[in-house]
Amino acid sequence: MTRYLNFIAEKNQVKYLIITIAFIIFSFFWIYPLLWVLSASFKTDFEIWGGLGLIPDRLVWENFERAWFGANMGRYFFNTLIITVVSVIIVVVTTGMFGYVIGRYSFPGKKILIGILISTIFIPQGYTIIPVFDLLNNLNISKNLIGLTLATAGHTPVIYILLFAGYFSRVPVELEEAAKMDGAGFVRTFISIMLPLTKPVVATVSILQVLHAWNDFLLPVVITLGNPDIRTLSVGVYAFKGEYFVDWSGMAAASVITILPIIILFLFMQKYFVEGVQGAVKG
Amino acid sequence: MHKKPLSKQIYDARWCYLFVLPCSILTGMFVIYPIGMSWYFSLLDWSGFTKEAKFIGLQNYYEAVNDEFFWDAFIRSFIFMFGTVPVKIVLGFIIAVFLNNQVLKLAPFFRTVIFMPVVTAIAIIGIVMTFVFSPFNGPANKFLMSTNLTSAPIDFLGNPDTVLPTVMGVYVWKWLGITMMYWLAALQTVPQDVYDAAKIDGAEGYRLWIHIILPIVLPFAIVIILVEAVGALNVFPLIETMTAGGPFFSSEVMEIYIFRTAFVTDSGTMPRLGYACAAGVFWGVAVLFITVLQGLWMRRTRRI
Repeated sequence: MTRYLNFIAEKNQVKYLIITIAFIIFSFFWIYPLLWVLSASFKTDFEIWGGLGLIPDRLVWENFERAWFGANMGRYFFNTLIITVVSVIIVVVTTGMFGYVIGRYSFPGKKILIGILISTIFIPQGYTIIPVFDLLNNLNISKNLIGLTLATAGHTPVIYILLFAGYFSRVPVELEEAAKMDGAGFVRTFISIMLPLTKPVVATVSILQVLHAWNDFLLPVVITLGNPDIRTLSVGVYAFKGEYFVDWSGMAAASVITILPIIILFLFMQKYFVEGVQGAVKG
Repeated sequence: MHKKPLSKQIYDARWCYLFVLPCSILTGMFVIYPIGMSWYFSLLDWSGFTKEAKFIGLQNYYEAVNDEFFWDAFIRSFIFMFGTVPVKIVLGFIIAVFLNNQVLKLAPFFRTVIFMPVVTAIAIIGIVMTFVFSPFNGPANKFLMSTNLTSAPIDFLGNPDTVLPTVMGVYVWKWLGITMMYWLAALQTVPQDVYDAAKIDGAEGYRLWIHIILPIVLPFAIVIILVEAVGALNVFPLIETMTAGGPFFSSEVMEIYIFRTAFVTDSGTMPRLGYACAAGVFWGVAVLFITVLQGLWMRRTRRI
Protein backbone atom coordinates (compact mmCIF):
# COMPACT_ATOMS: atom_id res chain seq x y z
CA MET A 1 0.00 0.00 0.00
CA THR A 2 1.18 3.46 -0.76
CA ARG A 3 1.56 5.80 2.17
CA TYR A 4 1.31 9.50 1.62
CA LEU A 5 2.81 12.15 3.80
CA ASN A 6 0.59 15.07 2.99
CA PHE A 7 1.97 18.39 3.94
CA ILE A 8 -0.03 20.29 1.37
CA ALA A 9 -3.44 20.72 2.96
CA GLU A 10 -6.32 20.04 0.62
CA LYS A 11 -7.94 23.32 1.49
CA ASN A 12 -4.85 25.34 0.62
CA GLN A 13 -5.66 25.79 -3.06
CA VAL A 14 -3.13 28.55 -3.76
CA LYS A 15 -0.15 26.58 -2.46
CA TYR A 16 -1.33 23.54 -4.40
CA LEU A 17 -1.64 25.51 -7.61
CA ILE A 18 1.80 27.10 -7.24
CA ILE A 19 3.47 23.75 -6.64
CA THR A 20 1.68 22.15 -9.59
CA ILE A 21 2.60 24.96 -11.97
CA ALA A 22 6.21 24.94 -10.76
CA PHE A 23 6.40 21.21 -11.46
CA ILE A 24 4.84 21.59 -14.91
CA ILE A 25 7.47 24.17 -15.89
CA PHE A 26 10.23 22.08 -14.35
CA SER A 27 8.99 18.96 -16.19
CA PHE A 28 9.01 20.77 -19.51
CA PHE A 29 12.64 21.84 -19.11
CA TRP A 30 13.54 18.41 -17.79
CA ILE A 31 12.17 16.59 -20.79
CA TYR A 32 13.11 19.22 -23.37
CA PRO A 33 16.34 17.55 -24.59
CA LEU A 34 14.42 14.35 -25.36
CA LEU A 35 11.60 16.23 -27.09
CA TRP A 36 14.24 18.21 -28.98
CA VAL A 37 15.92 15.12 -30.44
CA LEU A 38 12.52 13.64 -31.32
CA SER A 39 11.55 16.79 -33.17
CA ALA A 40 15.03 17.08 -34.77
CA SER A 41 14.63 13.60 -36.24
CA PHE A 42 11.74 14.92 -38.35
CA LYS A 43 13.39 18.19 -39.37
CA THR A 44 15.85 19.18 -42.05
CA ASP A 45 19.41 20.03 -40.96
CA PHE A 46 18.73 23.66 -41.69
CA GLU A 47 15.62 23.67 -39.51
CA ILE A 48 17.31 21.91 -36.56
CA TRP A 49 19.70 24.78 -36.00
CA GLY A 50 17.09 27.39 -36.90
CA GLY A 51 15.20 27.77 -33.64
CA LEU A 52 14.06 26.33 -30.34
CA GLY A 53 10.58 25.34 -31.61
CA LEU A 54 9.63 21.70 -31.37
CA ILE A 55 7.07 21.37 -34.17
CA PRO A 56 8.70 20.52 -37.54
CA ASP A 57 7.47 22.34 -40.67
CA ARG A 58 6.83 18.98 -42.29
CA LEU A 59 7.73 15.44 -41.27
CA VAL A 60 10.98 14.49 -43.00
CA TRP A 61 10.72 10.70 -42.92
CA GLU A 62 13.82 10.43 -45.16
CA ASN A 63 15.93 10.99 -42.04
CA PHE A 64 14.82 7.60 -40.75
CA GLU A 65 15.38 5.99 -44.14
CA ARG A 66 18.95 7.30 -44.23
CA ALA A 67 19.64 6.12 -40.68
CA TRP A 68 17.98 2.71 -41.06
CA PHE A 69 19.57 1.75 -44.41
CA GLY A 70 22.46 4.17 -45.04
CA ALA A 71 23.95 4.07 -41.56
CA ASN A 72 23.06 0.42 -41.04
CA MET A 73 20.87 1.12 -38.01
CA GLY A 74 18.45 -1.55 -39.25
CA ARG A 75 21.08 -4.19 -38.80
CA TYR A 76 22.18 -2.81 -35.44
CA PHE A 77 18.56 -2.76 -34.33
CA PHE A 78 18.23 -6.50 -34.88
CA ASN A 79 21.64 -7.17 -33.30
CA THR A 80 20.52 -5.29 -30.21
CA LEU A 81 17.15 -7.05 -30.21
CA ILE A 82 18.76 -10.51 -30.38
CA ILE A 83 21.31 -9.72 -27.67
CA THR A 84 18.60 -8.29 -25.44
CA VAL A 85 16.06 -11.11 -25.85
CA VAL A 86 18.55 -13.96 -25.52
CA SER A 87 20.36 -12.41 -22.57
CA VAL A 88 17.04 -11.85 -20.80
CA ILE A 89 16.15 -15.53 -21.22
CA ILE A 90 19.57 -16.66 -20.00
CA VAL A 91 19.51 -14.29 -17.03
CA VAL A 92 15.98 -15.14 -15.92
CA VAL A 93 16.58 -18.89 -16.10
CA THR A 94 20.00 -18.92 -14.43
CA THR A 95 19.34 -16.38 -11.68
CA GLY A 96 15.87 -17.85 -11.10
CA MET A 97 17.38 -21.30 -10.50
CA PHE A 98 20.11 -19.85 -8.33
CA GLY A 99 17.71 -17.74 -6.31
CA TYR A 100 15.37 -20.69 -5.82
CA VAL A 101 18.04 -22.85 -4.25
CA ILE A 102 19.51 -20.01 -2.19
CA GLY A 103 16.11 -18.91 -0.96
CA ARG A 104 14.68 -22.31 0.01
CA TYR A 105 17.43 -24.82 0.75
CA SER A 106 20.52 -25.06 2.85
CA PHE A 107 23.45 -27.11 1.64
CA PRO A 108 27.20 -27.33 2.30
CA GLY A 109 29.01 -24.40 0.69
CA LYS A 110 25.97 -22.13 0.44
CA LYS A 111 27.48 -19.43 2.63
CA ILE A 112 30.70 -19.35 0.60
CA LEU A 113 28.72 -19.06 -2.62
CA ILE A 114 26.69 -16.14 -1.29
CA GLY A 115 29.87 -14.50 0.04
CA ILE A 116 31.56 -14.67 -3.36
CA LEU A 117 28.49 -13.20 -5.04
CA ILE A 118 28.13 -10.33 -2.60
CA SER A 119 31.80 -9.45 -2.99
CA THR A 120 31.30 -8.91 -6.73
CA ILE A 121 28.47 -6.39 -6.32
CA PHE A 122 30.60 -3.31 -6.64
CA ILE A 123 33.11 -4.54 -9.21
CA PRO A 124 33.11 -1.87 -11.91
CA GLN A 125 32.63 -3.06 -15.47
CA GLY A 126 35.77 -1.19 -16.48
CA TYR A 127 37.76 -3.47 -14.24
CA THR A 128 36.77 -6.71 -15.97
CA ILE A 129 36.44 -5.53 -19.56
CA ILE A 130 39.97 -6.29 -20.79
CA PRO A 131 40.06 -9.95 -19.63
CA VAL A 132 36.51 -10.44 -20.95
CA PHE A 133 37.66 -9.15 -24.33
CA ASP A 134 40.63 -11.52 -24.20
CA LEU A 135 38.48 -14.45 -23.08
CA LEU A 136 36.04 -14.05 -25.97
CA ASN A 137 38.98 -13.85 -28.37
CA ASN A 138 40.46 -17.05 -26.99
CA LEU A 139 37.11 -18.86 -27.20
CA ASN A 140 36.73 -17.62 -30.77
CA ILE A 141 33.33 -16.08 -30.12
CA SER A 142 34.34 -12.43 -30.23
CA LYS A 143 33.43 -12.01 -33.89
CA ASN A 144 29.77 -13.01 -33.68
CA LEU A 145 26.78 -12.23 -31.52
CA ILE A 146 27.25 -15.29 -29.29
CA GLY A 147 30.15 -13.81 -27.37
CA LEU A 148 28.55 -10.41 -26.93
CA THR A 149 25.27 -12.00 -25.78
CA LEU A 150 26.96 -14.31 -23.28
CA ALA A 151 29.10 -11.52 -21.86
CA THR A 152 26.02 -9.29 -21.57
CA ALA A 153 24.20 -12.02 -19.67
CA GLY A 154 27.28 -12.92 -17.65
CA HIS A 155 27.72 -9.61 -15.94
CA THR A 156 24.64 -10.40 -13.87
CA PRO A 157 23.83 -7.96 -11.15
CA VAL A 158 23.57 -9.85 -7.86
CA ILE A 159 20.35 -7.94 -7.22
CA TYR A 160 18.47 -10.30 -9.59
CA ILE A 161 19.45 -13.32 -7.49
CA LEU A 162 18.50 -11.54 -4.28
CA LEU A 163 15.11 -10.59 -5.72
CA PHE A 164 14.40 -14.21 -6.65
CA ALA A 165 15.77 -15.61 -3.38
CA GLY A 166 13.68 -13.21 -1.32
CA TYR A 167 10.53 -14.07 -3.19
CA PHE A 168 11.05 -17.84 -3.14
CA SER A 169 11.82 -17.83 0.58
CA ARG A 170 8.36 -16.44 1.28
CA VAL A 171 6.46 -19.18 -0.60
CA PRO A 172 4.69 -21.38 2.01
CA VAL A 173 6.25 -24.80 2.62
CA GLU A 174 2.86 -26.54 2.32
CA LEU A 175 2.80 -25.96 -1.42
CA GLU A 176 6.06 -27.82 -1.82
CA GLU A 177 5.01 -30.67 0.43
CA ALA A 178 1.77 -31.08 -1.49
CA ALA A 179 3.81 -31.36 -4.68
CA LYS A 180 6.07 -33.98 -3.08
CA MET A 181 3.02 -35.99 -2.01
CA ASP A 182 1.92 -36.00 -5.61
CA GLY A 183 5.30 -37.46 -6.49
CA ALA A 184 6.80 -34.42 -8.15
CA GLY A 185 10.61 -34.35 -8.11
CA PHE A 186 12.91 -31.39 -7.52
CA VAL A 187 12.82 -30.11 -11.08
CA ARG A 188 9.10 -30.58 -11.59
CA THR A 189 8.29 -28.82 -8.33
CA PHE A 190 10.38 -25.91 -9.49
CA ILE A 191 8.91 -25.67 -12.96
CA SER A 192 5.24 -26.40 -12.33
CA ILE A 193 4.72 -25.08 -8.77
CA MET A 194 7.37 -22.46 -8.01
CA LEU A 195 8.10 -20.70 -11.27
CA PRO A 196 4.47 -19.73 -12.02
CA LEU A 197 4.30 -18.09 -8.60
CA THR A 198 7.20 -15.75 -9.32
CA LYS A 199 5.77 -13.99 -12.37
CA PRO A 200 6.18 -10.54 -10.76
CA VAL A 201 9.88 -11.15 -10.08
CA VAL A 202 10.38 -12.60 -13.56
CA ALA A 203 8.80 -9.44 -14.97
CA THR A 204 10.95 -7.15 -12.81
CA VAL A 205 14.20 -8.98 -13.59
CA SER A 206 13.37 -9.14 -17.31
CA ILE A 207 12.73 -5.41 -17.46
CA LEU A 208 15.92 -4.55 -15.59
CA GLN A 209 17.91 -6.81 -17.92
CA VAL A 210 16.23 -5.35 -21.02
CA LEU A 211 17.23 -1.92 -19.79
CA HIS A 212 20.80 -3.07 -19.13
CA ALA A 213 21.29 -5.04 -22.35
CA TRP A 214 19.67 -2.50 -24.67
CA ASN A 215 21.51 0.49 -23.23
CA ASP A 216 24.91 -1.06 -22.46
CA PHE A 217 27.85 0.73 -24.02
CA LEU A 218 31.30 -0.16 -22.65
CA LEU A 219 31.07 -3.90 -23.35
CA PRO A 220 29.70 -3.66 -26.93
CA VAL A 221 32.01 -0.81 -27.90
CA VAL A 222 35.06 -2.84 -26.87
CA ILE A 223 33.89 -6.17 -28.31
CA THR A 224 32.84 -4.66 -31.65
CA LEU A 225 35.98 -2.55 -32.15
CA GLY A 226 37.08 -4.68 -35.09
CA ASN A 227 33.63 -5.95 -36.13
CA PRO A 228 31.20 -3.29 -37.31
CA ASP A 229 28.72 -6.04 -38.29
CA ILE A 230 27.85 -6.93 -34.70
CA ARG A 231 27.52 -3.39 -33.40
CA THR A 232 24.59 -2.56 -31.16
CA LEU A 233 22.44 0.56 -31.57
CA SER A 234 24.33 2.63 -28.99
CA VAL A 235 27.66 1.80 -30.61
CA GLY A 236 26.14 2.37 -34.05
CA VAL A 237 25.02 5.89 -33.21
CA TYR A 238 28.43 6.62 -31.70
CA ALA A 239 30.15 5.40 -34.86
CA PHE A 240 27.63 7.37 -36.94
CA LYS A 241 28.79 10.50 -35.14
CA GLY A 242 32.38 9.75 -36.10
CA GLU A 243 31.67 8.86 -39.72
CA TYR A 244 28.92 11.22 -40.90
CA PHE A 245 29.18 13.98 -38.36
CA VAL A 246 27.49 16.53 -40.58
CA ASP A 247 24.26 14.55 -40.94
CA TRP A 248 22.56 15.93 -37.81
CA SER A 249 19.04 14.96 -38.76
CA GLY A 250 20.09 11.41 -39.68
CA MET A 251 21.84 11.09 -36.36
CA ALA A 252 18.76 12.38 -34.52
CA ALA A 253 16.68 9.74 -36.33
CA ALA A 254 19.21 7.03 -35.38
CA SER A 255 19.02 8.21 -31.77
CA VAL A 256 15.23 8.03 -31.80
CA ILE A 257 15.37 4.50 -33.24
CA THR A 258 17.58 3.56 -30.28
CA ILE A 259 15.69 5.16 -27.42
CA LEU A 260 12.04 4.97 -28.47
CA PRO A 261 11.48 1.21 -27.95
CA ILE A 262 12.69 1.39 -24.35
CA ILE A 263 10.73 4.53 -23.56
CA ILE A 264 7.55 2.91 -24.89
CA LEU A 265 8.25 -0.24 -22.87
CA PHE A 266 8.83 1.92 -19.80
CA LEU A 267 5.56 3.81 -20.22
CA PHE A 268 3.59 0.55 -20.38
CA MET A 269 5.42 -1.40 -17.69
CA GLN A 270 6.37 1.39 -15.32
CA LYS A 271 5.33 -0.58 -12.24
CA TYR A 272 8.00 -3.22 -12.79
CA PHE A 273 10.72 -0.66 -13.51
CA VAL A 274 9.94 1.05 -10.22
CA GLU A 275 9.90 -2.20 -8.26
CA GLY A 276 13.21 -3.29 -9.73
CA VAL A 277 14.93 0.00 -9.00
CA GLN A 278 13.56 0.22 -5.48
CA GLY A 279 14.51 -3.40 -4.76
CA ALA A 280 18.12 -2.24 -4.65
CA VAL A 281 17.67 -0.19 -1.47
CA LYS A 282 14.84 -2.12 0.14
CA GLY A 283 16.92 -5.29 0.48
CA MET B 1 19.68 -36.10 16.44
CA HIS B 2 23.22 -36.05 15.15
CA LYS B 3 24.25 -34.42 11.93
CA LYS B 4 24.46 -36.42 8.75
CA PRO B 5 27.98 -36.98 7.37
CA LEU B 6 29.11 -34.34 4.88
CA SER B 7 29.15 -36.70 1.92
CA LYS B 8 25.51 -37.61 2.58
CA GLN B 9 24.60 -33.93 2.92
CA ILE B 10 26.27 -33.17 -0.39
CA TYR B 11 24.57 -36.12 -2.06
CA ASP B 12 21.17 -35.03 -0.76
CA ALA B 13 21.74 -31.55 -2.11
CA ARG B 14 22.81 -32.72 -5.57
CA TRP B 15 19.91 -30.90 -7.22
CA CYS B 16 20.86 -27.72 -5.44
CA TYR B 17 24.33 -27.85 -6.92
CA LEU B 18 22.94 -28.52 -10.35
CA PHE B 19 20.67 -25.51 -10.03
CA VAL B 20 23.41 -23.08 -9.01
CA LEU B 21 25.73 -24.35 -11.73
CA PRO B 22 24.61 -22.36 -14.82
CA CYS B 23 24.69 -19.01 -13.07
CA SER B 24 27.97 -19.87 -11.35
CA ILE B 25 29.59 -20.75 -14.67
CA LEU B 26 28.53 -17.44 -16.23
CA THR B 27 29.60 -15.41 -13.21
CA GLY B 28 32.83 -17.36 -13.08
CA MET B 29 33.59 -16.69 -16.74
CA PHE B 30 32.62 -13.04 -16.91
CA VAL B 31 33.21 -11.71 -13.41
CA ILE B 32 35.45 -13.91 -11.25
CA TYR B 33 37.91 -15.05 -13.93
CA PRO B 34 38.36 -11.52 -15.34
CA ILE B 35 39.08 -10.18 -11.87
CA GLY B 36 41.85 -12.74 -11.42
CA MET B 37 43.21 -12.29 -14.93
CA SER B 38 43.42 -8.51 -14.69
CA TRP B 39 45.85 -8.99 -11.78
CA TYR B 40 47.97 -11.25 -13.96
CA PHE B 41 47.79 -9.05 -17.07
CA SER B 42 48.86 -6.06 -15.01
CA LEU B 43 52.26 -7.69 -14.57
CA LEU B 44 52.85 -8.04 -18.31
CA ASP B 45 54.25 -5.86 -21.02
CA TRP B 46 51.57 -6.78 -23.55
CA SER B 47 49.78 -4.96 -26.38
CA GLY B 48 46.83 -7.35 -26.28
CA PHE B 49 46.79 -8.00 -30.01
CA THR B 50 49.78 -10.26 -30.27
CA LYS B 51 50.72 -13.36 -28.38
CA GLU B 52 53.99 -11.84 -27.26
CA ALA B 53 53.85 -10.85 -23.65
CA LYS B 54 56.76 -10.21 -21.35
CA PHE B 55 56.57 -10.57 -17.60
CA ILE B 56 57.79 -7.33 -16.10
CA GLY B 57 56.64 -7.55 -12.49
CA LEU B 58 55.38 -4.35 -10.94
CA GLN B 59 56.85 -2.08 -13.59
CA ASN B 60 53.42 -1.10 -14.95
CA TYR B 61 52.33 -0.02 -11.50
CA TYR B 62 55.51 1.94 -11.07
CA GLU B 63 54.91 3.70 -14.35
CA ALA B 64 51.28 4.43 -13.52
CA VAL B 65 51.94 6.08 -10.16
CA ASN B 66 54.56 8.24 -11.85
CA ASP B 67 52.23 9.33 -14.63
CA GLU B 68 50.79 12.78 -14.17
CA PHE B 69 47.75 11.94 -16.34
CA PHE B 70 46.98 8.93 -14.19
CA TRP B 71 46.72 11.01 -11.01
CA ASP B 72 44.83 13.78 -12.76
CA ALA B 73 42.25 11.24 -13.91
CA PHE B 74 42.21 9.57 -10.50
CA ILE B 75 41.48 12.82 -8.68
CA ARG B 76 39.01 13.91 -11.34
CA SER B 77 36.96 10.79 -10.74
CA PHE B 78 36.58 11.77 -7.11
CA ILE B 79 35.82 15.39 -7.98
CA PHE B 80 33.07 13.97 -10.15
CA MET B 81 31.78 11.86 -7.27
CA PHE B 82 31.83 14.64 -4.66
CA GLY B 83 30.32 17.09 -7.11
CA THR B 84 27.36 14.95 -8.17
CA VAL B 85 26.36 12.67 -5.29
CA PRO B 86 25.35 15.38 -2.74
CA VAL B 87 23.38 17.24 -5.41
CA LYS B 88 21.53 14.08 -6.41
CA ILE B 89 20.81 13.07 -2.82
CA VAL B 90 19.42 16.47 -1.80
CA LEU B 91 17.54 17.21 -5.03
CA GLY B 92 16.16 13.67 -5.19
CA PHE B 93 14.92 13.95 -1.61
CA ILE B 94 13.18 17.28 -2.18
CA ILE B 95 11.43 16.02 -5.30
CA ALA B 96 10.42 12.77 -3.58
CA VAL B 97 8.95 14.69 -0.64
CA PHE B 98 6.80 16.73 -3.02
CA LEU B 99 5.75 13.76 -5.16
CA ASN B 100 4.81 11.71 -2.10
CA ASN B 101 1.77 13.93 -1.61
CA GLN B 102 -1.62 12.39 -2.21
CA VAL B 103 -3.05 15.82 -2.89
CA LEU B 104 -0.73 16.44 -5.84
CA LYS B 105 -2.89 14.88 -8.56
CA LEU B 106 -0.22 15.07 -11.25
CA ALA B 107 2.46 13.37 -9.11
CA PRO B 108 2.51 10.11 -11.16
CA PHE B 109 2.97 12.15 -14.34
CA PHE B 110 5.84 14.17 -12.87
CA ARG B 111 7.44 10.98 -11.60
CA THR B 112 7.31 9.48 -15.09
CA VAL B 113 8.84 12.58 -16.66
CA ILE B 114 11.67 12.80 -14.14
CA PHE B 115 12.42 9.10 -14.57
CA MET B 116 12.43 9.27 -18.38
CA PRO B 117 16.18 10.04 -18.83
CA VAL B 118 17.01 6.98 -16.70
CA VAL B 119 15.63 4.58 -19.32
CA THR B 120 17.24 6.44 -22.21
CA ALA B 121 20.45 4.87 -23.53
CA ILE B 122 23.37 6.67 -21.91
CA ALA B 123 25.46 6.77 -25.08
CA ILE B 124 22.60 8.46 -26.93
CA ILE B 125 22.27 11.02 -24.15
CA GLY B 126 25.97 11.78 -24.42
CA ILE B 127 25.71 12.27 -28.18
CA VAL B 128 22.51 14.33 -28.06
CA MET B 129 24.04 16.53 -25.36
CA THR B 130 26.95 17.42 -27.65
CA PHE B 131 24.27 19.00 -29.89
CA VAL B 132 22.35 20.57 -27.03
CA PHE B 133 25.47 22.26 -25.67
CA SER B 134 26.98 23.09 -29.05
CA PRO B 135 28.34 26.65 -29.24
CA PHE B 136 27.05 26.84 -32.83
CA ASN B 137 23.35 27.48 -32.36
CA GLY B 138 22.86 24.64 -29.86
CA PRO B 139 19.53 24.86 -27.99
CA ALA B 140 21.20 25.58 -24.62
CA ASN B 141 23.07 28.58 -26.01
CA LYS B 142 20.04 29.69 -28.04
CA PHE B 143 17.97 29.73 -24.87
CA LEU B 144 20.61 31.58 -22.84
CA MET B 145 21.05 34.20 -25.55
CA SER B 146 17.35 34.69 -26.26
CA THR B 147 16.74 35.33 -22.56
CA ASN B 148 19.80 37.62 -22.48
CA LEU B 149 21.54 35.55 -19.82
CA THR B 150 24.69 35.64 -21.92
CA SER B 151 25.66 37.80 -24.84
CA ALA B 152 28.08 35.39 -26.52
CA PRO B 153 27.64 31.61 -26.91
CA ILE B 154 29.37 29.51 -24.26
CA ASP B 155 31.51 26.63 -25.50
CA PHE B 156 30.33 24.33 -22.70
CA LEU B 157 32.18 21.23 -23.87
CA GLY B 158 35.12 22.91 -25.60
CA ASN B 159 36.38 24.94 -22.68
CA PRO B 160 38.46 23.10 -20.04
CA ASP B 161 36.83 25.21 -17.30
CA THR B 162 33.22 24.44 -18.14
CA VAL B 163 33.45 20.91 -19.51
CA LEU B 164 33.48 19.01 -16.21
CA PRO B 165 30.62 20.95 -14.56
CA THR B 166 28.56 20.49 -17.75
CA VAL B 167 29.14 16.74 -17.84
CA MET B 168 28.35 16.55 -14.12
CA GLY B 169 25.11 18.42 -14.70
CA VAL B 170 24.09 16.02 -17.46
CA TYR B 171 24.98 13.08 -15.19
CA VAL B 172 22.71 14.42 -12.44
CA TRP B 173 19.92 14.96 -14.97
CA LYS B 174 20.30 11.47 -16.40
CA TRP B 175 20.20 9.58 -13.09
CA LEU B 176 18.18 11.77 -10.72
CA GLY B 177 15.08 9.65 -11.40
CA ILE B 178 16.74 6.67 -9.70
CA THR B 179 17.66 8.71 -6.61
CA MET B 180 14.09 9.97 -6.46
CA MET B 181 12.76 6.38 -6.62
CA TYR B 182 15.10 5.34 -3.79
CA TRP B 183 13.83 8.18 -1.64
CA LEU B 184 10.21 7.41 -2.47
CA ALA B 185 10.81 3.84 -1.32
CA ALA B 186 12.40 5.16 1.89
CA LEU B 187 9.51 7.53 2.58
CA GLN B 188 7.10 4.61 2.22
CA THR B 189 8.62 3.08 5.34
CA VAL B 190 7.56 5.98 7.57
CA PRO B 191 4.64 4.48 9.54
CA GLN B 192 1.44 6.42 9.02
CA ASP B 193 0.62 6.48 12.77
CA VAL B 194 4.00 7.99 13.65
CA TYR B 195 3.32 10.67 11.12
CA ASP B 196 -0.25 11.24 12.34
CA ALA B 197 0.81 11.28 15.99
CA ALA B 198 3.48 13.85 15.27
CA LYS B 199 0.93 16.02 13.52
CA ILE B 200 -1.44 15.83 16.48
CA ASP B 201 1.42 16.80 18.78
CA GLY B 202 1.78 19.90 16.68
CA ALA B 203 5.07 19.03 14.96
CA GLU B 204 4.95 20.84 11.67
CA GLY B 205 7.02 22.03 8.76
CA TYR B 206 10.73 21.53 9.02
CA ARG B 207 10.52 20.28 12.63
CA LEU B 208 8.35 17.36 11.57
CA TRP B 209 10.90 16.50 8.89
CA ILE B 210 14.03 16.90 10.97
CA HIS B 211 12.86 15.24 14.18
CA ILE B 212 10.42 12.61 13.00
CA ILE B 213 10.93 11.62 9.37
CA LEU B 214 14.66 12.11 8.85
CA PRO B 215 15.69 9.69 11.64
CA ILE B 216 13.42 7.02 10.14
CA VAL B 217 14.80 7.33 6.62
CA LEU B 218 18.44 7.75 7.69
CA PRO B 219 19.38 4.06 7.36
CA PHE B 220 18.17 4.29 3.77
CA ALA B 221 20.18 7.43 3.22
CA ILE B 222 23.36 5.50 3.95
CA VAL B 223 22.55 2.75 1.45
CA ILE B 224 21.57 5.35 -1.11
CA ILE B 225 24.83 7.27 -0.61
CA LEU B 226 26.83 4.06 -1.01
CA VAL B 227 25.08 3.03 -4.22
CA GLU B 228 25.29 6.55 -5.63
CA ALA B 229 28.96 6.99 -4.75
CA VAL B 230 30.00 3.80 -6.54
CA GLY B 231 27.73 4.72 -9.47
CA ALA B 232 29.38 8.12 -9.84
CA LEU B 233 32.77 6.44 -10.32
CA ASN B 234 31.42 4.48 -13.32
CA VAL B 235 30.73 7.15 -15.87
CA PHE B 236 32.54 5.83 -18.92
CA PRO B 237 29.70 5.87 -21.48
CA LEU B 238 28.54 9.40 -20.75
CA ILE B 239 31.99 11.00 -20.83
CA GLU B 240 33.27 8.91 -23.74
CA THR B 241 30.33 9.95 -25.93
CA MET B 242 30.20 13.57 -24.76
CA THR B 243 33.86 14.57 -24.72
CA ALA B 244 36.01 11.40 -24.91
CA GLY B 245 37.97 12.99 -22.06
CA GLY B 246 38.73 16.22 -23.87
CA PRO B 247 39.46 18.99 -24.42
CA PHE B 248 43.12 18.47 -23.53
CA PHE B 249 42.23 15.63 -21.12
CA SER B 250 40.30 18.08 -18.93
CA SER B 251 37.37 15.69 -18.48
CA GLU B 252 39.39 12.46 -18.46
CA VAL B 253 38.23 10.33 -15.52
CA MET B 254 39.83 7.01 -14.56
CA GLU B 255 37.72 4.81 -16.82
CA ILE B 256 38.47 6.97 -19.84
CA TYR B 257 42.17 6.82 -18.98
CA ILE B 258 42.03 3.01 -18.82
CA PHE B 259 40.11 2.80 -22.11
CA ARG B 260 42.49 5.22 -23.81
CA THR B 261 45.63 3.38 -22.78
CA ALA B 262 44.08 0.01 -23.64
CA PHE B 263 42.32 0.54 -26.94
CA VAL B 264 42.65 3.98 -28.46
CA THR B 265 45.46 3.87 -30.95
CA ASP B 266 44.91 6.96 -33.07
CA SER B 267 47.54 8.93 -31.20
CA GLY B 268 50.08 6.71 -32.93
CA THR B 269 51.08 4.77 -29.82
CA MET B 270 50.60 1.03 -29.45
CA PRO B 271 47.70 -0.14 -27.29
CA ARG B 272 48.96 -1.41 -23.97
CA LEU B 273 46.57 -3.82 -22.31
CA GLY B 274 49.03 -4.78 -19.59
CA TYR B 275 49.54 -1.20 -18.52
CA ALA B 276 45.80 -0.46 -18.70
CA CYS B 277 45.14 -3.47 -16.48
CA ALA B 278 47.57 -2.17 -13.89
CA ALA B 279 45.75 1.16 -13.89
CA GLY B 280 42.45 -0.74 -13.68
CA VAL B 281 43.58 -2.88 -10.74
CA PHE B 282 44.84 0.17 -8.90
CA TRP B 283 41.52 1.84 -9.53
CA GLY B 284 39.46 -1.24 -8.62
CA VAL B 285 41.27 -1.56 -5.30
CA ALA B 286 40.70 2.12 -4.56
CA VAL B 287 36.97 1.74 -5.27
CA LEU B 288 36.81 -1.39 -3.15
CA PHE B 289 38.56 0.42 -0.32
CA ILE B 290 35.96 3.18 -0.40
CA THR B 291 33.12 0.66 -0.56
CA VAL B 292 34.44 -1.22 2.45
CA LEU B 293 34.97 2.02 4.35
CA GLN B 294 31.41 3.08 3.64
CA GLY B 295 30.13 -0.37 4.54
CA LEU B 296 31.80 -0.16 7.95
CA TRP B 297 30.40 3.30 8.48
CA MET B 298 26.97 1.96 7.49
CA ARG B 299 27.18 -0.82 10.08
CA ARG B 300 28.19 1.55 12.83
CA THR B 301 25.41 3.99 12.10
CA ARG B 302 22.83 1.22 11.95
CA ARG B 303 23.86 -0.11 15.32
CA ILE B 304 23.19 3.24 16.98
